[in-house]
Amino acid sequence: MSVSAPVVTGLGIAAPTGLGVEQHWQATLAGRPAIGELTRFDASRYPSRLAGEVTGFDAEARIPSRLLPQTDRSTQFALVAAEEALGDAAVNPEELPEYGMGVITSASGGGVEFGQRELGLLWSKGKEYVSAYQSFAWFYAANTGQISIRHHMRGPSGVVVTDQAGGLDALGHARRQIRKGTELVVSGGVDGALCPWGWMGQLATGLLSRSTDPAQGFLPFSADANGYVPGEGGAIIVVEDADAARARGVERVYGRILGYAATFDPRPSSEDAENDPLAGGGGLLRAARQAVADAGLAPADIGVVFADAAATARLDRAEALAISALFGPNAVPVTAPKTMTGRLIGGGASLDVATALLSLRDHVIPPTINVAQAAPGLPIDLVTEARETDASAALVLARGYSGFNAALVVGA
Amino acid sequence: MSQTIDREVLTRLLRESAGVEEGVDLDGEEVLDTPFVEIGYDSLALLQVTGRIRREYGIDLPDDAVSDAETFRSLLDMIQSAPIVAS
Repeated sequence: MSVSAPVVTGLGIAAPTGLGVEQHWQATLAGRPAIGELTRFDASRYPSRLAGEVTGFDAEARIPSRLLPQTDRSTQFALVAAEEALGDAAVNPEELPEYGMGVITSASGGGVEFGQRELGLLWSKGKEYVSAYQSFAWFYAANTGQISIRHHMRGPSGVVVTDQAGGLDALGHARRQIRKGTELVVSGGVDGALCPWGWMGQLATGLLSRSTDPAQGFLPFSADANGYVPGEGGAIIVVEDADAARARGVERVYGRILGYAATFDPRPSSEDAENDPLAGGGGLLRAARQAVADAGLAPADIGVVFADAAATARLDRAEALAISALFGPNAVPVTAPKTMTGRLIGGGASLDVATALLSLRDHVIPPTINVAQAAPGLPIDLVTEARETDASAALVLARGYSGFNAALVVGA
Repeated sequence: MSQTIDREVLTRLLRESAGVEEGVDLDGEEVLDTPFVEIGYDSLALLQVTGRIRREYGIDLPDDAVSDAETFRSLLDMIQSAPIVAS
C-alpha cells in the first residue's frame, strides 16, 4: 500500500459534448452547447422539455452483441467509457491480478429506460413478454457489474447512490479501497434516464427548468436562474495506487486525487438549517473545507472551482456563499461547464472531475456558457469565457437531492 | 405458429435474443455439441430464447428442463419433441 495520493491514469467519456475524451474536451473548451429539445421520447406534454442528449452513439458498432439485449443505454455508455478509460490507461486487465482491480461507480436509478420498457410489457402483455435480462439490467449496480464482468475485475467493487454527488463519492470510495490495498479501481459514473419514468423522477424534485429555449434553460448563478436541465452520460475514471502504477510502467498520469470529503445537510425545517448563515450552504462549505484540508492544502492553493451549479436562486446563493466563505469574495475562478450538458445525475460530478483534470493538464479553464455574469449578491468570479490558468489543483463540488454534499480536490 | 423450429431457426432466435459471443461461429458444426457455457450462453440467455419461442411458436418448455439443456443439440431436441400449446 502506498501512502501517496492515488493517481488518475485513464479517462473515458460519453457525454452530450462528445463521445470520447478529446471530443468532449474540445467541445467544452469551445463552449459548444449540447442542450436541446428532448428527442428520445415525446415530451410535448411534460412541463420540462429540454435535455442534454448523447448523440451519434451506434450501440451495435460499439457493444458486443451478447451485451446488447441485456443492457440499458446508460450501461452501454458506461461500457464504452470504461473501454476508453482502460485503453487510455494502457491497462491490460489480463496482465493484472483480477482481485487487485475493483469497480466502484455512481448511479441513480440504474437501467431506467430498459426497466420502463419491460414493465410496460409486463403490464400490457403479460410476464411471458418480459426480458429475462430485466432481472438485472434495471439495477443501479448494472454498470459496475457489467464493467467488472467484461474486464475480469473481482476486487472490491460497489456502487454509490447519492444523486448528483455520486460521481465524487464513488471516487472517494475508490480512494479508500486503494488505501486498503487494491491496486486499481475503475471508478466515476455514467448515468441517464431520458424516458418518461426517469423524467417523472426528476420532475418530482421541483428543480427542473421549464424553459423551452436551449440557451435559456440552464443558467446557474444567473439572476435568471430557473432550474436545471437533465442530461445523460458521464465519465469513467481509472484510479490507481501511485506505486502500483509506477511499477507497471505508467509514465503519464492526469493527476492525483488529493482530498475528499462528504457531508449531509440538516432537515430543511430543523433549527440547524434555519441557523445556517450560508442559507443552506453550510454543509457544502464543511465538505469543501474538509476536502481542501484532507489534501494538505490551503484554500489559496486551489486554482479553480468546478461548481455544482444547481441553477435555482436559493441553491446558487448557498453555493456562492460557501465558496466565498472558504476562499474570500471573488478570490478563485469558478466555472460550470455543465451548462453545456445539463446535470447528468450520477454521471455529472465524475464528468466534472475529468474536465478538471484536463483543465489542469492544458492550463485552461473551460467556460460557463449562456450566463453573462453572476447575479448581483453572488460574490464569485464566474468564468464565462475560456481562461488561461496556472492552477495546479482544482476543487470539484457536487450536491445531491435531499442533502448530499461532496467535495473532491484533484492535483496536477 | 405453424412454422417448426430447425437448426437454422434456433440459430437465428439465439442470435436475436442473446447475441453471439465474440469468436464463436454460431453457424458452424462445432457449436452443436459444445456446452453452452463454452460458447458464451448462460441460463438467462437460454431463458431469453425459450421465452421468445413460447411467445412466437406456442412451444412451452419448462424452465427446469431448459436449464438441463447443456448444448445446442439437446435444446433443439427438447424443442422439437415438446408439445405445442396455445399461446
